[in-house]
Amino acid sequence: MRPMHHIISTKEYTREMFDNILELAEKLEPVACGEIKSEIMAGKILALLFFEPSTRTRMSFEVAMLRLGGQILNMGSVEASSIAKGESLADTIRVISQYADAAILRHPREGAALMASEYSSIPIINGGDGAGHHPTQTLLDLYTIKRESHLDNLNIALAGDLKYGRTIHSLCYALSRYDAKINLVSPPELRLPDRIAEDLKMRKIDITITDNLEDVIEEVDVLYMTRIQKERFPDPAEFTSVSASMRITREMIQNAKPDMKIMHPLPRISEIDPDVDATPHAAYFEQAFYGVPVRMAILCKVLGMEDKI
Amino acid sequence: MNGDQSNYGRSKKLGDKNDLRIKAIENGTVIDHIKPGQALHVLHILGVNDNFTNTVSIVMNTGGERGDKDVIKIEGRELTEKEVETIALLSPKATVNIIRDFEVVSKRKIRTPESICGIVKCVNPNCITNSNEPAETRFIVTENEKTKTLALRCVFCESVMTTELFNYIL
Repeated sequence: MRPMHHIISTKEYTREMFDNILELAEKLEPVACGEIKSEIMAGKILALLFFEPSTRTRMSFEVAMLRLGGQILNMGSVEASSIAKGESLADTIRVISQYADAAILRHPREGAALMASEYSSIPIINGGDGAGHHPTQTLLDLYTIKRESHLDNLNIALAGDLKYGRTIHSLCYALSRYDAKINLVSPPELRLPDRIAEDLKMRKIDITITDNLEDVIEEVDVLYMTRIQKERFPDPAEFTSVSASMRITREMIQNAKPDMKIMHPLPRISEIDPDVDATPHAAYFEQAFYGVPVRMAILCKVLGMEDKI
Repeated sequence: MNGDQSNYGRSKKLGDKNDLRIKAIENGTVIDHIKPGQALHVLHILGVNDNFTNTVSIVMNTGGERGDKDVIKIEGRELTEKEVETIALLSPKATVNIIRDFEVVSKRKIRTPESICGIVKCVNPNCITNSNEPAETRFIVTENEKTKTLALRCVFCESVMTTELFNYIL
């Protein structure tokens, strides 16, 4: 019996582990866009356990499973399940383990996916645990960079909320495996936490820190924007001023490299002007699509189907 | 490793200005080289409270010219491994001496464990270990790069705890 393969965090992934999933995703892209029909997951059931709202993660996993010929078992909303009666996550996982072949879990508490994996007899995929990890987002971000730009010798700017954004934290660790040059662009109050900056320095990653996007916009290959949340600022005037300074407009990217790509995990609010959507720089909707082949690759990996692709 | 408790004051002449002046114990434990000021926390870890009936002696801020350690003697009690690990978090240089029939039968330096389970509560209120789930706390024991002091990294949420660890002991 092969060991259980959970996907909880990519923090300790090696470059080979990342490359392996990205290569699988590339092979699955024709299936993801419906060009080729696949039945490799026929008879397999994926449980969706979303304790928090989700649009892209949930739907792209559904699409991934359906396009591979598998089926979905959705727990539904927390209010309509036994959770509302006070059932623990540990018990829910033990029950779902009897019904499905793998489960994707999104939960508001940090560490929920790791704990769930310890009570599960089926593979657990972390779909986001509070402010903790969101490994499938990290993998699809890497895949987008690979497909829309390049991972070798990458010069990337990570901009917006670098303090609370779990997407950014996980991506930093992943990019460190590719020796990327990382430019951190954020207002001072939303800088990357020291512990992560220290980890990156330990991994000998070249980091620059600024609060001005214009300092780096002309030299980067990829600009990764994130949303700044209003609730992080007690003073509404301060939020307005900070969010205005972190807004990408067509004018701002005039002198960017012609093949510079802008990414965003979505949903965006006002940090990317809609005028930018029509430029060749915009890659955020492609990024959302790439979630499908990457999640297909992840499903194949955890269910031991890699050889059937 | 046998020896007497002379280092802890038994055979010193009464009134010696360097004497710790604590009565020797017959059977029990001497915890020496406790970080100054931590003795009361160590007593708390050992469950020494109003209901504790064995003899306990405490000396605080003693040894050396500046009083660079605390010492505890506790009669009729040996420490569990979990208690030793917990003391290590507060006072990594402490030593534990087991006394039997007035003799030191074992003396060992406390070793800081590489990881600890179920000893400390996570500082992050949103950590899964701070919910009603059956998840025992688990930390990797590491070092704060800047302060060179002991730090705990939660295995579940990766929060790092460096200060006031005593307040989080379960």
